[in-house]
Order: sequence, then structure tokens, then C-alpha cells
Amino acid sequence: MNQPLPNSLRQGPDGRGRFGQFGGRYVAETLMPVIQEVEQAYNAARQDPAFMTEWRRLLKDYVGRPSPLWLCERLTEHLGGAKVYFKREELNHTGAHKINAVLGQILLARRMGKPRIIAETGAGQHGVATATACALFGLKCIVYMGATDVERQQPNVFRMKLLGAEVIPVTSGAGTLKDAMNEAMRDWVANVSDTYYCIGTVAGPAPFPQMVRDFQCVIGEETKQQILAAEGRLPDALVCAVGGGSSAMGLFHPFLDDAEVQIIGVEAAGRGMETGEHAAAIGGGRPGVLHGNKTYLLQNGDGQIQEAHSISAGLDYPGIGPEHSWLHEIGRVQYVAVTDQEALEAFQLCSRLEGIIPALESAHGLAYVMKLAPTMAKDKIIVLNLSGRGDKDIFTVAKHLGESL
Amino acid sequence: MSRIAARFAQLKAEGRGALMPFLEAYDPDPATSMALLRGLPGAGADLIEIGVPFTDPMADGPTVQRAGQRALKAGGSLAGALAMVRDFRREDDETPVVLMGYLNPILSYGVESFCTEAADSGVDGLIVVDMPPEEADELAGPAREQGLDLIRLVAPTTHDERLPKVLEGTSGFIYYVAITGITGTRSATQEALAAAIPRLRRYTDLPIAIGFGVRTPQQAAEAVQVADGAVVASALIETLAASLDEKGRARPDTLRKVLDQVRGLAEAVRGARVSA
Repeated sequence: MNQPLPNSLRQGPDGRGRFGQFGGRYVAETLMPVIQEVEQAYNAARQDPAFMTEWRRLLKDYVGRPSPLWLCERLTEHLGGAKVYFKREELNHTGAHKINAVLGQILLARRMGKPRIIAETGAGQHGVATATACALFGLKCIVYMGATDVERQQPNVFRMKLLGAEVIPVTSGAGTLKDAMNEAMRDWVANVSDTYYCIGTVAGPAPFPQMVRDFQCVIGEETKQQILAAEGRLPDALVCAVGGGSSAMGLFHPFLDDAEVQIIGVEAAGRGMETGEHAAAIGGGRPGVLHGNKTYLLQNGDGQIQEAHSISAGLDYPGIGPEHSWLHEIGRVQYVAVTDQEALEAFQLCSRLEGIIPALESAHGLAYVMKLAPTMAKDKIIVLNLSGRGDKDIFTVAKHLGESL
Repeated sequence: MSRIAARFAQLKAEGRGALMPFLEAYDPDPATSMALLRGLPGAGADLIEIGVPFTDPMADGPTVQRAGQRALKAGGSLAGALAMVRDFRREDDETPVVLMGYLNPILSYGVESFCTEAADSGVDGLIVVDMPPEEADELAGPAREQGLDLIRLVAPTTHDERLPKVLEGTSGFIYYVAITGITGTRSATQEALAAAIPRLRRYTDLPIAIGFGVRTPQQAAEAVQVADGAVVASALIETLAASLDEKGRARPDTLRKVLDQVRGLAEAVRGARVSA
């Protein structure tokens, strides 16, 4: 583990669960006691060597970590600029980075004696990871998923059912991730005594943004060791797609104090920022409070939350983790946005050049790499977090390409 | 003395508890909602709660969620709710009005200007569901300066060590959330309430109102036997919703149906013996 420096950017959150003005615990009183219970349990667990050893064992033998750092030779040659590496999170068991934090949280739920697990999911990756961990430990699992997402992510819905989870479609609002999270919060309020809410991203009330980040930091810690071994130096740029931002935070956080590393988060510009139909909370939103934390949000002039739009169900969320909001405001991380169309092009290019079908989420990151790499010299290095695999997205992509499966 | 304190003092002198009906501002349309607000005191409301519509009401069940959606569709907003109170105050300067909602519309409005305008409009108190005491400092100062009561929620999960923190800085009354759950779902048993309310009384002299799951006249009467007030929300909204036509518009008897129900609740509350 890295020791934080006195002026480290890695010391947040403060005692109130805040990163600068962002974060906090904006929840109904009914939930406050259980959230404080989670925080105390997490603080004890992270300092318990037995807990961390068990989590590391699961990451190694069940998830298959460390995930490789892959030098994309054909992609690099095609782009004609900086060397591009992929951090291969899509090779994890269940096909995405989500499992890293889920296993940590499920171990915590067991430690807290909570036999019932609830989760929200957008693309279904977090739902599948949660259902998987619950199957592994014999826990009851209920996954809330927006009805729209149930429709567009059928393969993952079926996976969750196979794994023994109950998937509850949520019809309120636009039936996407935001609504699933509302419904999961409502479930938790009604079932606090026996239920643990396994949040899938670096958002929600403290301590979730910190806890999910800490577990996902395994991505960046491995990347650091791997790039030093391969290149003898740190990368020049890190790139990752950002919805709630757990995969991005996991890659970025261990590098925050390495000032020479440029860090770029890629939001979903949907049909284009100018159309208003996007999911770029930082690019097109302003600070507010939703789902237990203060952060950048898509909202109208009255403070009503607006529906996000992205071709990627995992990015289709009007907010972003509070630490990202802070990193944006202090200027340490640069947030950009790419459109559905650009992501679709990256999706296809990656499949053809590297033999890797990326998740549409990850394809957003790649679409920005395709813009960035050609502007950089050939001795520069970019690491992209290939956070998930695209098997779940083939129906969506086929539809957009006018093919029927 | 604030309107809230005056009203509870008056009711105490009369030896009875308060009926606090809830309506969602702009549900199903501004005119019906305004007429309902005007009609409530005459139907027996002692205090009134006005829900401020929000897209993501995380503590509310389907009934209040749908009320919020209807209200938003009808143009409902925090500014709209304030305007309703301003109109209401032209005719009624005594019935306390409490706004209940979520924090984001207030932040978006601007905390300072919201508190100033709320007080100017005649709002007496605020219940902000997703603002626990740990996050209240931003709003508490400006609200206090404007003489607005910040009414806190206490839940069955709020344990004894936590209660003093929750009650500190609370004014007006205490809102006891009778169940661990969302609005409009379950009801607490009379035994549970009979145990819960005396526990709170050990920590506060403020009046205590019971909400979440108070639906029938009998439940309202039971609530004011152990506490000082009963909040009825989802049951009234269900009546309103059931009275709408297939396009979600108010019918001529919408108002009468809801107000008749309020009358029934008020009668039960007034007939209940206050034991304390």
C-alpha cells in the first residue's frame, strides 16, 4: 500500500465523508444508523489483516487477478502516435471490474451479519457480479434494474436469474439506473435490519464512495507495477470512461499524486452535448444532491433531476461519484465526453484490431484514446481501462448497425 | 410566538391532538391543489403539510411518487409551492404550513433566497427528508434567521445515543416516522407507538407528530392518544388519485371527496381522548 504524502490528493474523504464540498450523507433519518454501522464495520474490516487476506485470495483465485496489462500493437500502429496499453479488467470473472468491490462488500455484509443483499444495476454488470458473489456465499440477492435496461440487457438479466438472484424491473422515471437506485434505497429503508445495500459505484452516501474506491484501487495499483515492469516508467496518460466512475476511480486514484501522469475521464455525450441528450454530469451538469451525496448532476433550473441518455446502459446516469466532482474542480482530472456514435466506432475498431470486444462503457474511453493517441509522440504511453467485455452489448450494437441477430 | 407553537399551545389547552393533512403542491393541477389547500382548515386541518414535488423522492412509496409526477407534469416546483402559500396566507394567517420535500430543489433555488422567500410567503416550517442533522448546517442557519422551524424526522432506527444529536437544533415539532419503510406502505401497531413516543418524550419537550402509515380515522385517533399530532398523506392522495378521470384530470367532485375524508379524520382526532 502506498503511504499518503502530507499533501497527497489521496487522503479524502474527511470525517464527514466529503471530498471538498462533495460527498456527505444525504439520506433519510431511517438509514443514518445503518450507514454509520456500515462505516464502522468497514473501518474495522480494512484494518483487519484476515479480512484483507480473504479478499485478496478471492481476487486471485476466484476473479483471476492480477488482470493483464496488454500492449495493443495493432491499435497503436493504426493510431500512429502514443503506445496504447489496455488494463484488461474485462478478463475478470463476470467480465468487468465490478466484481472487485462486490467481493469486498459481500465479505463486509457477512461480517455485519446481514443475510440479504440488494443492489442496483444499469448495464447489469454490477448486478451479475453481486448475484455471483451471493451465489458463492449463499446469500439472498435482489437486484433492482430499470425496466428499460432489463429490455436492452437481456443476457445479463438471464445471467442474474441463473445465479439465483431475483431481478426486479423498476418502471418509475425512465426506467434506468437512477430509478433502480431510488428503488434500492427504498428497499433498504424498509429492510435495514437484515439487509446490506451493495452499491455498484463510487457514489451514494459516505462511506460508499470511499469504500468502493478503495476496493477498486487494485486496478491502478496493479497497473502501476505492470507498467513499471514493462516500460520502466509511469504512463503519460490514463483514460477511462466515467458513469458513476468506479472503474475510473480505481485506475486513477493510485496515480493522483504522480503529477507527470495526465488523467482523463470520459463521460457519455450521448446524441451530442448540444442536443441535451447525454449523460455528462460534469460536462453538462451542476452540483446538487441526489442518492445520498452532493455531486455534479444533470438537473433543470428548478433542481429537478433530468434523465440521462447514453447508448451504454452503464453510463446512463445523471450523476457522478463525488470524488470525481472534486478532482474536476481542483483540476487534477480532465473530464471530456464522447458520443454514442464515436463509442460505436471504437467498439468496432477494437474488435477488429485487437480481437477484443469491449463493453460499450469501455468503448467510450477508447473513443477518446483514438483522438488522443495520434496527437502524442510515439514514445508516449497511454493506459486505457478496458473495464468490461462487450458480450452483453452485441444486441444493442447490432441494432445500431442495422443487423438483426 | 410562531404559528406552529401557537397552534400546539392552543390545542394543548383544548386537550386534543392535531390533524396534519398533506397535499402535494400542483397535484393534479395548480387550481385544484390551491382549492384543496384553501379548503383544508375548514375541513378540520390543524396544521398543513405541503409536499414539494421532486423527480426522485427516495423515501416515498408509489402513491406519493405518482402525486409528484402528476405535479411535475402540471408545472409544479418549489417556487410554485411558495406561491401557493402566499395566496393561502391572504385568507388564513393562523394555520401553520410546513413544506416537506427533498434538498436539491432548495439548493437549486439558493438556500438564502429560499429561506427569505419562504418566510415572506408565510411558510412556518421545513421538513427536508434527505437532510439528516449531519448535513443540516447549510440550511439551518438561514432557516433560523428567517424564523423557519426546521422539523426533524426521528425514525424507529434512531437509537438513544443518536437522539440528542437529531433533536438538537430541531424546532416546531418532531416528526416521528412510525415505520422503517417508505410512505404509504405499512402502518405501525398501537403497541409500537405506545412504546416509541414516551422514549422520545424523555429527550424533548417539543410536540410530536406521527406520520407514515396513518391512514384511517381510527389510526389518526390512536396516534393523537400517544402523540400530539397525526400526519395523513398517502391515504388522502389515494382518494384524490382515484377521483381523477382517465386522463388524470380532476373531476368536479375531487375536492369534495378529499375534504370529506379530512373531515372524517378531524372528527376522529377531535373525539380521541388525549391521555397524556
